[in-house]
Amino acid sequence: MVLALKNYFINIKKAFVSIFEGLAVTLSYLARKPITIQYPDRIPTPVQEMLPSTYRGVLEVDMKICTGCLACMKRCPIDIIRVDTFRDTETKKNYITRFDIDIAKCMFCGLCTEVCPTGSIRHSTEFEASSANIINMVLQYVEYGDKVPFYKPVKDQEPVSIPQNEAFRKVHKAWNAPAPIDPEKVRGQVRWKSDQSAEDKS
Amino acid sequence: MKELYDSISTSWQLSPGMMSLVTVLWILAIAVVVLAFMATFAGVTSWVERRIAGRMMSRIGPNRVGPGGSLQWIADGLKCFLKEDVIPQAVDKPLFRFAPYLVFAGCFAAFAALPFGYGIVASNIDIGIFYISAITTFVVLGILMAGWSSNNKWSLLGGIRSAAQIVSYEIPTGLAVLTIVVLAGTLNMQEIIKQQGGWPWYWFIFHNPFSLVAFFIFFSSILAEGNRTPFDLPEAESELVAGYLTEYSGMRFVFFFFAEWANLWVMSAIITTLFLGGWQIPGVADLGSVIEKSAGTVKYLWILASVASFFFKTLLFVFIVIWVRWTLPRLRVDQLMIMCWKYFVPIGFICLIGSALFAILPQTGAWYWFQLSIKLILTASGFGGVVILLWRSFYNIRALDDKIYFKVWE
Repeated sequence: MVLALKNYFINIKKAFVSIFEGLAVTLSYLARKPITIQYPDRIPTPVQEMLPSTYRGVLEVDMKICTGCLACMKRCPIDIIRVDTFRDTETKKNYITRFDIDIAKCMFCGLCTEVCPTGSIRHSTEFEASSANIINMVLQYVEYGDKVPFYKPVKDQEPVSIPQNEAFRKVHKAWNAPAPIDPEKVRGQVRWKSDQSAEDKS
Repeated sequence: MKELYDSISTSWQLSPGMMSLVTVLWILAIAVVVLAFMATFAGVTSWVERRIAGRMMSRIGPNRVGPGGSLQWIADGLKCFLKEDVIPQAVDKPLFRFAPYLVFAGCFAAFAALPFGYGIVASNIDIGIFYISAITTFVVLGILMAGWSSNNKWSLLGGIRSAAQIVSYEIPTGLAVLTIVVLAGTLNMQEIIKQQGGWPWYWFIFHNPFSLVAFFIFFSSILAEGNRTPFDLPEAESELVAGYLTEYSGMRFVFFFFAEWANLWVMSAIITTLFLGGWQIPGVADLGSVIEKSAGTVKYLWILASVASFFFKTLLFVFIVIWVRWTLPRLRVDQLMIMCWKYFVPIGFICLIGSALFAILPQTGAWYWFQLSIKLILTASGFGGVVILLWRSFYNIRALDDKIYFKVWE
């Protein structure tokens, strides 16, 4: 009886103390800075810059240090990379005439970046690459009609690359960009291996 | 307001038929004004509550519609207004349609007797607080109707829980109200306020230790009656989907929430009236007699000041109710009943008897000083508690090396 009565008052005391402390905790959170990041428009620094440089974003290619070895094209398990090279017989110089990556198919496995001898192909920290026209998701790192000479590695010297994300930003089109009118300029999406071999035979 | 009506009836020399028409129009106009106030308050509070909830969870809350998201409630209202009113096949259609209006009407009718300032009350009836306790019980009828007619297990459980809850908590609420009625000697809301003085120690909350306990009982049980967390068992999201609201959509759904947020004002206004001296202003000994003596513009300024005082106290309690909602977890049904029948009801009876003893104490000589010292001690301890609470909050911020950061319009 006495114990029950004692418990009765202990319960009342506990209720008061716990509610009091609970109210103090929530009031303190009312007067603290919220941790919300208001992506995409109300943030002090863009998310791309807050991500670590090892983030596996969209693939980008620094054409200045590309050796044209085609290792990435051969390594890609789903053949989304297409590199065309061309040898000028007069000057005996090699050029890259096409470097397309179909990021609509890319699964961000990172195998191409591992085999690249100079670190030319790499992941950027960009992730906003969606598009209303799927043909715009073929990133053309060499413009149509352009040609880029091969990079020749210098001994005991690291290749100097341009900052991350810059190569991507140069070739990326806005999400609502219209599909190109001249289909010749796009040369279609990157073909599957079977299509490629059929094309080569003809 | 009453004076204007009286001047119309005396000076315009209208026939009895026309006079009754004027009376009807007068009542309708007042109803529209009160409805407009209720609608605006319910809407704005829905935004304020979401903002406060957001900040208490380290979020921001709605902040895109209008400055700081302050027009969010209009957008939400319009959205719900344009939505399809889905009525499921198996429901009891007349009851299903009628239930939201009953809930709304029960809440709206309570506004008739609520004071807003000195002499500003839609209907200054002598049984004010009794009428309010009776009419707000209408809400449970609507909720039970909604729960039954929805033909859904969640809805029915929610409706039954609400009925059990409100019927149980009517008793401690009634006992706490009675504690104050014994001290005031009247049921009229305006008269109850006039019985209290300006300074906090003349308010009924600090009148004696029993009325202070009655205040806590009243606050808790009126939360239960308004179905607010921690007593929101009827619409418990984690157990009953949305309780009695499950089958509702569109405008009918909004009507329930409209009533819930308007109810927030009703309960805060009742607490302010009964315990916190209503429209009395600290520093003015007796505002009622001051207003009666003054005339002209000064009188209206005093009345405006009384309205401001009442609104300040009521909105403070609206904040506390929201604050409690985002602090405490929901009770179980058995805990709810234990709290009511084992704690609130017996303690409520003790408070009633104790307060009655204080009410019969003589107000002369040593007795007067004895009562005043009790009032002063209670006031000091009450404000001390608030200071300790603020200090504890500050301590919580400082303990984690955080800084105070308070931007309202973020």
